[in-house]
Amino acid sequence: MSFHPKMAYDATFHKSSRTLADPGPPFTFTPERRARLDEVLTRYPPDRKRSAVLPALYLAQQQHGYITGNAMRHIAEILEITPADVEDVVSYYTMFYTKPVGRFVLNVCRTLSCALNGAERVTEELCAKLHIKPGETDTSGTFTLVEVECLGACDRAPVVMVNDAWHECVSPESVGHMLDSLRTRGESALTGCHLAVEKR
Amino acid sequence: MEPLLTQDVRKPNGYTLDFYVEHDGYAGLRRALGMAPDQIIEMVKASGLRGRGGAGFPTGTKWQFVDKKSPNPRYIACNADESEPGTFKDHVLMERNPHLLIEGCAIACYAIGAKVAYIYIRGEFLHVQQVLEAQIAEAYKAGYLGKNILGSGFDCDVWIHRGAGAYEAGEETALLESLEGKRAQPRNKPPFPAVVGLYNCPTAVNNVETLCNVPLIVKNGAEWFAALGPEKNGGPKLYCISGQVKRPGVYEASMHVTLRELIEGERYAGGAREGRTLKAIIPGGSSVPVLLPEQLDVPASFDAVQKAGSLLGSAGIIVCDDTTCMVWLAENLLHFYRHESCGKCTPCREGTDWLHKILHRIERGEGQMRDLDLLASISAQIGGKTLCAFGDAAITPVQTTLKHFRHEYEAHIREGRCTLVADWRARQPIGAH
Repeated sequence: MSFHPKMAYDATFHKSSRTLADPGPPFTFTPERRARLDEVLTRYPPDRKRSAVLPALYLAQQQHGYITGNAMRHIAEILEITPADVEDVVSYYTMFYTKPVGRFVLNVCRTLSCALNGAERVTEELCAKLHIKPGETDTSGTFTLVEVECLGACDRAPVVMVNDAWHECVSPESVGHMLDSLRTRGESALTGCHLAVEKR
Repeated sequence: MEPLLTQDVRKPNGYTLDFYVEHDGYAGLRRALGMAPDQIIEMVKASGLRGRGGAGFPTGTKWQFVDKKSPNPRYIACNADESEPGTFKDHVLMERNPHLLIEGCAIACYAIGAKVAYIYIRGEFLHVQQVLEAQIAEAYKAGYLGKNILGSGFDCDVWIHRGAGAYEAGEETALLESLEGKRAQPRNKPPFPAVVGLYNCPTAVNNVETLCNVPLIVKNGAEWFAALGPEKNGGPKLYCISGQVKRPGVYEASMHVTLRELIEGERYAGGAREGRTLKAIIPGGSSVPVLLPEQLDVPASFDAVQKAGSLLGSAGIIVCDDTTCMVWLAENLLHFYRHESCGKCTPCREGTDWLHKILHRIERGEGQMRDLDLLASISAQIGGKTLCAFGDAAITPVQTTLKHFRHEYEAHIREGRCTLVADWRARQPIGAH
C-alpha cells in the first residue's frame, strides 16, 4: 500500500534488484518422489529435517525442470522450515535453476586446466553455432549454454557437462558434431566418464 | 612403488564387491573390529598419515581431538566435494575403488565411536554417486555395513549427501553447514568440528583419499605405511597432473618422487608437449604459489614442497608451458575465486571482485602501472582477514604471478596487449565479464 501518492508501492513494486522467484503453477511432489524424499529423511536425525533440503530441491527440479516459488513453499512445509530458508539455499548453489532451461544444459568448464586446453574456444564455437551467449537458451529451447567453474575432470580437458552427464576431451572442431548427435541420439551421444571401462 | 590405491582401477568390474573381497578386501575392517578404538587411533597416529584434502593435518591427531566425553552422537563427514581446480583423484577412488572408501568410513566410525558417516559428494559427480550408492547397497547386503557388522555388535551407516555446485563446500565447516541444509559458508573456528561439528556434535571431517588409506594401515601396520614415504610423509599418494603435458592423469607414487619426475618422467606425465618448454607449475591445486621449472627437483611431499616455497595442497599439479600468459592465468583463476566466494566475509567477497576487474583490465590492455600496486594492496587487505583459507587462496595466484612474472604485467600495460608470440589467447576473451 502506498503511503506516498507519487511513489508506486503497489503489488508490482520490488525494491531489490534481485527478482522474486516465479511462483509457477501449484506444486506438490508426485507420490513416488514424495516417498523417495521420506526415505531420504530417515538418513538424518528426526529433528534435523532441514538437512534434506538439497535432495528435496533436486527432486523438485527433476519434476518441474526448474525450481519455482511454489516448489520452495512445498519443500518448506515438508521440512518444517520457512520458504525464505529454502530460497536462501536455492539462490546460493549453482546447480538449481530458477528459470526454465533447455532440454540440454551445456555446462562448459572454464577454469584453468580446461582453459589451458582451449575451453574458451569451445564456448566461442558453441555461441556461434547456437547464436546465443553464455547463460542463454537457444530459440528452439533445446540447448542452454552455461560457463561453469572446475568440474573435476581436468585430465580430460576441456570438459562439457550436459545435464548430469560428462563429455570429455571436447575440441572446438568437434562441437558441431556433438550438438548434432545430441539432437538425434540424446545423452547416449556423450562420451561419459573415461573411467567407466565396462561401458567401452 | 607399486600402486596400492589404484592398482585395479582399469580392470573391468574392478569396482565390484566380489572383486574387492577376492583381493583381501574388508580384511582391514575385520581386523579393526577386533581391536580397541583407541588402538586404531594410536596406529593411525604412528603411521603418520596426513590429511590428503589440502592441509596435510595428521589424521590420527584429528581423531584424537574428537570429544569422547560429549553425550551427543559423533559423526564422520567424508569430504568428497573435490572442487579445487586441478584435482581429480577422489573421483577415481570413488568410482573405481568404492569399497576401499566404504571400508575406510566404517573403520573411522569405529575408531571415533560414530555410528553414521556422511559422504558429501559434489553435485557434478552424479555418475560417481550412482556407482558409490550401488556399492554401498551391496556392502549392506553382505553385512559390511548396517547393524551388528560381522557379528561384532558394531552398527554403522554410510549415507551419501549430494552437494549442488559450491567450491566453498569443500571447506570443512562450510561442508557441515551444507550438510545441515544451509548455505555452504564457513563457521568461525574455534570451536573446531572435533568438538562442535555436524548438528553441534563432535565430528571428524576427512578427505576421501585419507579414509582410503586407513584400511591399508590397519591391514599392514603403521610401520609398513610410514616406511612407504619420507619421514612424516608416509604412505602412497595420488597426484593429479593436468594442463599442458603429454599425458595428463592421476598417478600414484610414494612421496619420495620428485615433482620433476612426475611432470617429465616417462612413467608419469611425459613432460611438456612437442616443441614446448615448461614455464610455470602450480603444484597443489589453484590455491598454492606458483613454482618455476628450476624449482622442481624436490620430493613431492608435504614438507619438501613447502620448503621450496609452495604447498602440496591437494596434489593437483597444473602445468603451464611457454604459450601461457601469466596475466591471463591470474585473471582466469580470479574469475573462479570471484564466482566461488561465499560472500560471508567482506574482504573476500569484495576483494576478489576488484582483483578480477583489475586483472581483466590489464589483460585487455587497458591497465595502468599503478594498477600493479593496487593489486598488491588489495591482496594484502584480503590475506589473513577472512574466516576460512579461501581469502588466502584467492590472493595467491595474484601475489605469486606478480612476484615471478611482473615483467609480463608491465609488458601488457606498456604495449596494451599480450606480448606472447601467440595464439588464440592473445585475442580478446569473449563476452564482457
